[in-house]
Amino acid sequence: MRKIRLATVWLDGCSGCHMSLLDVDERIIEFANRIEVLYSPLVDRKEFPDSVDLTLVEGAIASDEDLHRIHLIRERSKVLVALGDCAVTGNISGMRNSYPVNAVLQRAYAENAGTRNGLPQRGLPVLLQRCRPLHEVVPVDLHVPGCPPRADLIYAVLKAILEGHLPQNIHTRFG
Amino acid sequence: MGGHRLPACDPQTKKLDNNMSKEFTIRINGRDIPAQEGETVLDVARRSDIYIPALCHLKGLSPVGACRLCLVEVKGVSRLVPSCTTYVHEGLDVITDSEGIQKCRMVILQLLFSERNHTCSVCVSNGHCELQAIAENLGMNYVRYPYRFPALKVDASHEKYAIDHNRCVLCTRCVRVCKEVEGAHTLEIIGRGVHSLVLADLDGLWGESQTCTGCGKCVQVCPTGALFEKGKAVGQMKKRNEFLPYLMSMRSLNR
Ligand code: SF4
Ligand code: SF4
Ligand code: SF4
Ligand code: FES
Repeated sequence: MRKIRLATVWLDGCSGCHMSLLDVDERIIEFANRIEVLYSPLVDRKEFPDSVDLTLVEGAIASDEDLHRIHLIRERSKVLVALGDCAVTGNISGMRNSYPVNAVLQRAYAENAGTRNGLPQRGLPVLLQRCRPLHEVVPVDLHVPGCPPRADLIYAVLKAILEGHLPQNIHTRFG
Repeated sequence: MGGHRLPACDPQTKKLDNNMSKEFTIRINGRDIPAQEGETVLDVARRSDIYIPALCHLKGLSPVGACRLCLVEVKGVSRLVPSCTTYVHEGLDVITDSEGIQKCRMVILQLLFSERNHTCSVCVSNGHCELQAIAENLGMNYVRYPYRFPALKVDASHEKYAIDHNRCVLCTRCVRVCKEVEGAHTLEIIGRGVHSLVLADLDGLWGESQTCTGCGKCVQVCPTGALFEKGKAVGQMKKRNEFLPYLMSMRSLNR
């Protein structure tokens, strides 16, 4: 049996969803010979591969870089899963959306700065006017809410996908 | 819907003389269920373990039909009607869960979430919120309408309580309990449409209200994290509204 080629991606999130994925604990061994992890913050590869069966995306689309990446990821992934509230709703990452980007940057880098203040000039991706959930930018095949989604839920979702079907009704809560 | 309203008892005072009221059978989802004049479809469904999501309704407060989540089909009526304001009558035939109803509820629910800022993960009511629970029960796992992200304030001027307009669904439970039960009528909905806000003494800061008695009933009946006790952190705000049925039963005994 061919292994499922898996990618996991960390956009504008806190990495909590990836932690929850690891909280699947020893059950992950069940997947070991069914899944090949091609790309992830947990492995070394730098470029998103050309073709992936399943991509789990943590985090919202907040910057020009996220935007560029998510289009590429969508193009190259057969199944795209929005993992966690930031990817599904914007969640914490989206809380800035009630205010203009400049006001948010001022607040973070000037008003609340400790030692060095002033806006960063180089090396940071440019923030979009609005931080958006994945489905507002690209088609999403499955939404898995939760902050983070429970490990049991992630396990159940992965198991179902390995058995060849996308779960239809996920009963879980936001938050 | 108007035709189904039988004002046999006053829903506010609930002075319902059980010996005098008529009993008959109604049909819900094809099941025959005994019902009593003066009950609503939601009342009957609830005591028969039939789930109908309801957000603005709270037993003990006058029904207003504000949230529309409790919509059901009534045979012979062409549009959906709110079960919390539809009174039973003999021969009533109701469906609580069709594909059409599910679609409607999902639209309404998603609009509620997209209208203000519901960030459950950092909300005082996370895990104890009626809106969140309805979303879970109905299997809502994303919101397909664009979020509005309005810039709304939190009024923390009251000594004991605060209101976070980001989480308010305008159900008016707080307004009704303050007016109908506490008798203070401090809170009211001010403004129209998406600009509506629950405010104290028409437009003032809650902490400066001349009418608020500080009873906290509004906080306890609020289904979401909009009204909360100060000092509660994420997920700590559990509402305790058991006082309402108690007060009602005392009132019905004229105590
Ligand atoms: S009020 Fe309820 S639905 Fe809204 S953010 Fe709080 S927990 Fe979530
Ligand atoms: S604390 Fe009591 S009196 Fe004050 S607004 Fe709330 S319900 Fe009304
Ligand atoms: S503050 Fe709470 S009880 Fe009052 S209208 Fe808003 S959601 Fe309803
Ligand atoms: S519960 Fe019936 S309309 Fe809100």
